[in-house]
Formats: sequence, structure tokens, C-alpha cells
Amino acid sequence: MSAGVTEGRLPAAFARAAADGRAALVTFVTGGDPTPADTAAILDALVEGGADVIELGMPFTDPMADGMAIQLANLRSLGAGTRTADLLDIARSFRARHPQVPLVLMGYANPMLRRGADVFAAEAQAAGVDGIICVDVPPEEDDALGPALRARGLHLVRLATPTTDAVRLPTVLEGASGFLYYVSVAGITGLQQAAQASIDTAVARLKAATDIPVAVGFGIRTPEQAAAVARVADGVVVGSAIVELVGLHGSQAPYHIRSYVRSLSEAIAVSRKELA
Amino acid sequence: MSSAASLRAGPDARGHFGSFGGRYVAETLMPLVLDLERHYGAAKADPAFKAQFDHLMTHYVGRPSPLYFAERLTEHLREGAGPDRGAKIYLKRDELNHTGAHKINNCIGQILLALRMGKTRIIAETGAGQHGVATATVAARFGLPCVIYMGAKDIERQKPNVFRMRLLGAEVRPATSGRQTLKDAMNEALRDWVANVHDTFYIIGTAAGPHPYPELVRDFQSVIGHETRAQLDAAEGRLPDLLVAAIGGGSNAIGLFHPFLDEPSVRMVGVEAAGRGLDTPDHAASLAGGEPGVLHGNKTFLLQDADGQIIEGHSISAGLDYPGIGPEHSWLHSIGRVEYQSATDDDALDAFQMLCRTEGIIPALEPSHALAVVKRLAPTMSRDEIIVANLCGRGDKDIFTVAEALGVEM
Repeated sequence: MSAGVTEGRLPAAFARAAADGRAALVTFVTGGDPTPADTAAILDALVEGGADVIELGMPFTDPMADGMAIQLANLRSLGAGTRTADLLDIARSFRARHPQVPLVLMGYANPMLRRGADVFAAEAQAAGVDGIICVDVPPEEDDALGPALRARGLHLVRLATPTTDAVRLPTVLEGASGFLYYVSVAGITGLQQAAQASIDTAVARLKAATDIPVAVGFGIRTPEQAAAVARVADGVVVGSAIVELVGLHGSQAPYHIRSYVRSLSEAIAVSRKELA
Repeated sequence: MSSAASLRAGPDARGHFGSFGGRYVAETLMPLVLDLERHYGAAKADPAFKAQFDHLMTHYVGRPSPLYFAERLTEHLREGAGPDRGAKIYLKRDELNHTGAHKINNCIGQILLALRMGKTRIIAETGAGQHGVATATVAARFGLPCVIYMGAKDIERQKPNVFRMRLLGAEVRPATSGRQTLKDAMNEALRDWVANVHDTFYIIGTAAGPHPYPELVRDFQSVIGHETRAQLDAAEGRLPDLLVAAIGGGSNAIGLFHPFLDEPSVRMVGVEAAGRGLDTPDHAASLAGGEPGVLHGNKTFLLQDADGQIIEGHSISAGLDYPGIGPEHSWLHSIGRVEYQSATDDDALDAFQMLCRTEGIIPALEPSHALAVVKRLAPTMSRDEIIVANLCGRGDKDIFTVAEALGVEM
């Protein structure tokens, strides 16, 4: 496990949630959707709705692990002219407004590596980013990105999936930090949710193998689903459902997002108490 | 040659050719890619696998394809060349394969792997439709259900191949994102694969994608180069001086080149699609106009902007308008072993018509790009030098595109 695992905003956010007896709510939106100017208010709405961790998606022309909702968000963002520099500006101003809320950039390798991993890591760190999720840099290609992030004290959030078996799991955990993102469905974002029983089993298996928090995502959209996952996981990730609200409401989305995210955070807050 | 200095030893254990290649895939796919690597390693070492492959090559595909001395083309390109100029031109006739292109070589190899691995469903992407037809063909031959992803725009401009795929029992699903061509079809195929990992085998059509695809596609396509070597030795008693092949992803080119890489006397030229010109945005020349990046599972030269957003390629040939190139070509380019030139849409159209009239062969638009470079280089070479150009596909599928480009109403 890398240094810095228990330091910084990201572990602190999970620790705070754990101390409250609940899972952390991790929310995703695509940066620059519908325009770069709209993103700040959308991120604020996530925080106001009770999100503990913000994943800011970096748009890419070829989001091959994403379903239609996030594909369209990528197209809207790029269509509005969003550049990597805009994403970093969005991160920087978020950090100024929300000094304690962890911010994770999520996206695909090519925009991250384009000007060199070291440049990307330095710029992300300077913008107040806490961690990176890169969909298509698996542990086998870690040296393309991992060392640059670690040198800057940025968390590299790794993904585990239903196809990550016991033999492979240590490879995924080696060098993972911040949290472990369990992709509960073998598939693309935004489609069906996995059966709760399989999530329960997988989370138990992952938590037995690592001390870092385990957050579960893919296909979670209702407060009931979020609460069910929150009973077993350290974090609940919701993305496509929020991105769809941006698609539906455009620059009017913050209002809708705030109340939707609040419905999730309220359900998560009491989910373990209901169980007890 | 198998010395440490061999250029044929790659990729390394991590699937890298120099700094190119690798396995840049989502975690869901990573165990599958590792599993494929294990199975391919075992298949390579299994004489029964090779025997099965060779048997199908002979009896189903119709190999070996002829190495044909293009006498009239040779004479045509000697006209106006200097005295004693005008190399002897041979064509490797892979357009005579069953299904009309080199793509079937790879599909036979991959479906045999799929069967070994117990997979019961086949998916593929296609650009011009040649790989889709070849995949649908082998899926029919072995009785497996098959879904082909094809850009909606390519479906429009390659109707005959779409119908062929459907006749063969494949489902053709349009990719409607992006520019709706090969790149977008590949995205859709990857999305399908990640959602159907338990039963599905993805037959990638070119020597690209995550390791071990570039290696195994190259190995299956190397039948082209191995045959060429033996056939030219029989005909001329020597090695060729120049090999020429068109490059989209680059599978026909790597198949021709690879068995010759350790022969320093053999010059090799890969031909990228320059579309409306390298000085315009409308081309698909990843090496000439791109920079290294990561897409579709591998690190390679890509057409991209300053932020790493992928720029759509253009070529009159639907089989060449991919914004990337196989990683082994990127490496061969970076070390200078293979030269990469380009041909425009217009160059390809000229060469297309030249071959029709001089040899009575209607080539596909993809190898027409290679023929354009043959037309460029043959007159500069001496008469006793030998060129082999890979005629990797036949042109029946392209007659509508060519007619439109020539302003002919059909």
C-alpha cells in the first residue's frame, strides 16, 4: 500500500462518514457538461445535496466503458469546447469554494497522458485535486501514470470488477489508494444494477483483502438502491443518474441535482440504522 | 534468424513493442485479455492447432494465394521511366481468398482460439465491411452467433458487404456515435464485450488493440509473408527488394513484412491514407500526422488534438479511415526499419483504374493506396529489382464509391 493512504481529504471524508455510522456518498458528473461555465453550480449542488466525494469526469471523444448517458455528456461537453485547461480551472475554483470536499478526476488515459503523466499530475495537484481514476490504465500499465501520481501525493483509485478474481485482486490492490472502486456490473455505466446479494458477497471479499474504503458503483439510481448498498459498502457511487439530470435540465440542472442527491444522502444516512 | 537482435522477437512479456502496445483496458476486460494470452500461448505450442489452421487455410480459404508477376503493369510503369528503370512488379493475390480479402486469415485463427476457449458468441467491428464479412463467414462456418458493429456511415457506403453479413447470419448493429465509422464501431464492440465477458469472443480485425491481439493477428496474417518468401524464391531465386502494403490498422502490411524484418536488403514501405491531403484535416495518416497516445487498448500513434481528444480520420477507403495504427508499426516507424509513405484519395483512384486496365484486376481501394506508391517508386528502381505489393482485397465492394468519385451515375 502506498504512502498517504490515511492522509488528506479523501481518507478523511470516508473516516467522517464511518464515524457517523454511514457510507460516504460519491457522486460523478462530466466536467464541462453542458458547458464549462455550468459545472461550478452543478458541483456545488452535489455538495449541498450531501455528497461526500466528488468525481469530476474528464470528457473524452471515445468513452468506451460508458453507456449512453455519459457518452452523451462527453459529447455535450466537447461540443461546448471544453478543454483540459477548463477542467483544471473548474477543479481550482471548486477547491477554493470547498476546501474540505475531496475531488477526484475520472477519465480515460489519453487526455491524462497527452502532455506527459508528470505534467498532468503536477497540474492536478496544483488545482487541488485529491485523486485520479483512470478507466484504461490497469495495474499492468501502472508505470504510465501511477508513479507520477504518487510522486505528487495524489491517490490512484483502482477499480475492481466481478471479473477480478482472488488471484488477481492483490495485483489491483498493489498501489491502490484513497478508496477501491468496485464496479458491481460487468458492463458499461448506467445500465442495470447488480443483484444486491452479489454486491454483498463481493464487498465482503474485498473488505477482507484491504484496509482502504470500498465504494460500490454502476447502475445505482434510486435512494432505496443506494441505501441497500450503503449497508455493506464504505461508499456508494452514483453517476449516470445525475448526468441524465444534466442532460434533461441543462443549466437549470443544479436545482434538480441538489434535491436528487439529497434524497440519496438522506437514504444513506439512515440505512444502517434501519437495519439495526 | 533468431538472434537477440532479431526484429521479429516482439512483443515483450507485457505486450510492448518498444514503448508501444501494452494492455490499456478497463479492469473488467483485463482478466479476459490475460486469459486470451494464456490460451494463445498454449495454441501456438500445439501442433494440432497449427494443423487445423493450415487445413482451413488450404481447403476453405484457398491458400496459398498466387504471387503473380504483373507483366503489363510492369511494362506500363516502365514507359517514360529512364533507361533500365522500372522494377519488376509482383502482386500477392490475397484478394483471391475466400471472402475477397486478407481478413479471413486472421478470422480463421481467432475463431479457432474462441472454440478452444469454449466461447459461444462472436463479436467484431468492421470498417469497410471486409472484416465483418470474414467474421460472419467463420461464425457461420462454425455455427456461432455473431454480432458485427459497423459505423452507421459505413453501413451507408458499404451496402453490399452489409447484405453479405446478413446473408451469412450475422446481426449488423450500427454504431451511431462520433463520425459513425470504424473507431466508433470499435467502441461499441468493446462496450458489448465488457457486458458479455462470460461467453463472448471479440475477433479484432487488425493488428491493434490490447496485447495479445497485435501479436496474434500478426502471426495469423504472416501466412502472407511466409508464402511470398517461398513463392518469390521459387520464381526468382531471391528475396524481394521492396515490399509495399496499405495501412489502416496495418494487419495486411505486418503480415507481409514480418517474415522479412530481419533481412536488411528488403526495403519495406507501408502506405497510409492521405485522404484529401496531409495538409488538410481530412486524412487518416496516423504516423505522418499523429502522435503517440492511448486508444482501444494500446499505445500507438494516433490522430489527436493538443488535449488528447481523438480526431476522426478520413479516407475514400472505409477500411483505412481509422485514427490509429497497430503498435508494431509505430515501433517499426520509430526505429526506422519500415518506411511509411502516404497516398491521397486521388492517387488511390488513379492506381485503382490503372490496375483495372493493365491487369484486368479490380482492386479494393485499400490496396489501391499501395499501388499508388508502386506507381511512384517502380520507375525509380532498376529493371532487375523486384517489388511485391500486397493486393489485400478485391474491389467489388468499392465500385459504387469509385463511380461516385468519378462522377459516374450507376
